Amino acid sequence: MPQERKKSYVINFIGVLIVFLLLLALFESNLLGSRTNYIKGICTTACYTIIMVASLNLLTGFMGEFSLGHAGFMSVGAYASAIATGFLDDSGLPVFVLFLLALAVGGIAAAVAGVAVGIPALRLRGDYLCIVTVAFAEIIRVAFCNFEITGGGRTLSGITSLSNFYWVFWAMVICVGLMYMFVRSRFGRVVTAIREDYIAASASGINVTFYKVLTFTVSAFFAGIAGAIYAHYMTALIPTNFDFMYSAEFLTEVIIGGTGSLTGSIIGAAFLSALPEVMRQFATYRMLMYSIVLVLVMIFKPGGIFGTWEFSLTRLLGRLTGRKRENKTVSGGAVHE
Amino acid sequence: MALSLFLQSLVNGLNQGAIYALIALGYTMVYGIIRMINFAHGDFIMVGSYTLFYTVPLMVSAGMPAWMAVFIAIAVCVAVGVIVETVAYKPVRNAGSMSALITALAMSVFLENLAMVLFGASPKSVSAIFTLPTFQFLGATLQIKYLLTLGIGLAMMAGLQLFVRKTRLGKAMRAVPQDKEASVLVGINVNRIITITFAIGSGLAAVAALMYCSTYPRCTMDMGSMMGLKAFIAAVLGGIGIIPGAMLGGLLVGLIEIFVKVYIAPGWYEAITYGILIVVLLVKPAGILGKNVGEKV
Repeated sequence: MPQERKKSYVINFIGVLIVFLLLLALFESNLLGSRTNYIKGICTTACYTIIMVASLNLLTGFMGEFSLGHAGFMSVGAYASAIATGFLDDSGLPVFVLFLLALAVGGIAAAVAGVAVGIPALRLRGDYLCIVTVAFAEIIRVAFCNFEITGGGRTLSGITSLSNFYWVFWAMVICVGLMYMFVRSRFGRVVTAIREDYIAASASGINVTFYKVLTFTVSAFFAGIAGAIYAHYMTALIPTNFDFMYSAEFLTEVIIGGTGSLTGSIIGAAFLSALPEVMRQFATYRMLMYSIVLVLVMIFKPGGIFGTWEFSLTRLLGRLTGRKRENKTVSGGAVHE
Repeated sequence: MALSLFLQSLVNGLNQGAIYALIALGYTMVYGIIRMINFAHGDFIMVGSYTLFYTVPLMVSAGMPAWMAVFIAIAVCVAVGVIVETVAYKPVRNAGSMSALITALAMSVFLENLAMVLFGASPKSVSAIFTLPTFQFLGATLQIKYLLTLGIGLAMMAGLQLFVRKTRLGKAMRAVPQDKEASVLVGINVNRIITITFAIGSGLAAVAALMYCSTYPRCTMDMGSMMGLKAFIAAVLGGIGIIPGAMLGGLLVGLIEIFVKVYIAPGWYEAITYGILIVVLLVKPAGILGKNVGEKV
C-alpha cells in the first residue's frame, strides 16, 4: 500500500537522521577529545566496508553466486575516481560536487567492469564462477601494476582528500537504501527465484542471463562507489592492497553477517571493521579468529548469524506501540546503522 | 644466443610447470572424488615447506641425505590434511558446494595466519636440499634437479593413475563421486575413502613442497595461496578430476608463464595465465582432456 510505504520511508528516514545527529553531536561536542578524528576514521572505514559487504551480499546472498574478486571492482572504482578527480582538481568545482563526481565515476567504471566480467561469467556457476572472479580481479590488479596512469606498480598518491565522515555516511545510507529497494523490487524477486532454482526460473520465462549480468553490474557499481570513497579517504592507492585476501575478507563478513540479510551485512561490516581497531594488540590474531568463526558459522549456522532476517524500524515501532500488525506489511527497514 | 635463450626458457618453463603439475595433481585428486575445490591445498604446501625448513638442518646434522626430510614433511602434511578434513570439511559435507567452498577458504586463511603467528611474517630460507650437478647444453644451463622435478611429477602421475585405475581402493574412489548412496550400498566406507583421498592429496603437497623449495628456497606464510591458485588453473586447464590432465595443464601453465615473461611482456605474465583460464572455462569448461557432461535437471 503506497500510504503504508510512504509512512515507513518517513519513519526510516527519521531513524537514520537520529543516528546521524547522534554521531554528529558526538563528534562536534568534542566529547572524545583528541580521539575524535581517530574514531571518525574508523566510522568512515566502517561506512565504505558496509557498502562493499552489502553489495557483495547482493551477489552471494540474493543471487547465490560467489565473487572472490570483489576487491577488484573496488580497485577499478578507486583508480577511476582518483584519476578523474586528479584531472578536475584545478577546475575550481565545489568540493562537494567533486565528491559526487568521484562517486559517480567510480561507480560507473566499476559497473562497466561488472558487465565485462558478468557476460563471460554467466555461462558458469558455483565454484567455477568463483574462480573466474578471482582471475578477473588478479588481471585487474596486474593491469594497475603496469599502466602508467595508475602509477605503474608504485603508489598512486596525492589524491584529494574528499571523503569526510558526514558525506560518506549519507553516501552509505543512500547506497544501502538503493540496494534494499533493489532487493525488494521485481528485479530482486526474480534474482531470488534464480537463486532458488535457476532451471525453474528460466522455465517460467525469466531471462536468467540478463538478470545475472544485471545483478553483477549493480553489485560492481556499489563496489566502485565504495572504492571511490576509499580512494578519497586514503588519498593513496597501491594495487597490491586489492588482493585475493581483501576480497576473501569481504566474503567472510557477508557470510558471518548472514547471506541474504542486508542487516547482517551492515552489522557484520560495522562490527568487523571496528573490532581490529579496538583490539589492536591482537592484530595478528584477527584473521585467525575470522576463519575460526567462519568455520563455526558454516558448521552450526550455515545461513550466517542473521540468516535472512531483516531489521525493520516500522515493525519495531509497531511492536512498541502495541499495535499488532500483519506480517505482510513490507517495510523498508534496512536503512539503519 | 637466441637459441640458448629459447632453450633456457624451455627448461625453466618445464621446471616451473612440473612444480605446478605436482600441486595440480593434489587438487585434481580431491576434486575428482569430492567435487570440492580445496582452497587450503596451496597452504598444505606452505606447511610442507616450513616442515622442510625445520627438518632439513636436522637431517643434515644427523648425517642423512637432506631430501629424506620429505618423509617427515609428508607425515606432517598428511596429518594436517586429515585433521582439516575431519574437523572442518566433514561436518559441512552435506550442506552443499557453497558451504564447502567457504569452509575451504576459511581453512586456507586459518592455516596462513596460524603460520604467521607460529613462524612470524618474515620469509625463511630453506637450506639446499639437493647437491646435483648442472651442465651447459647449447648455451643453456641445465640443472639435474629440474629433470628430477619433471621425473617425479611424471612418476607421481603414472603412479596415481595406476592406483586409481587398477586397485580396489582406486575403484572405490572412482565410485564415490558417481553415486554416493550406491557406493554405500555396495559396502564402500565413503568417509574412509574421502579421508584417504585427502591424505594422498596432502602427501602430494609435501612432495611438491620439496621440489618447490629446491628451486626457490624460500618459504613465506602466503606462498601457498598464489601457487595454489595457479596450480588450480593448471588443473582446470587440463580437465579437473583427470590425472594426466593435471600434468598437461601444469606444464602448459609453466611454459606459458616463462615464455610470456621472457618474450612478450614481463609484467603481464600473471594476467595472461588468468586470461587463459577464463578463455578455457568459456570455450571448453571441462578442460583440454575433459568430456563435456550435460547437467541433470
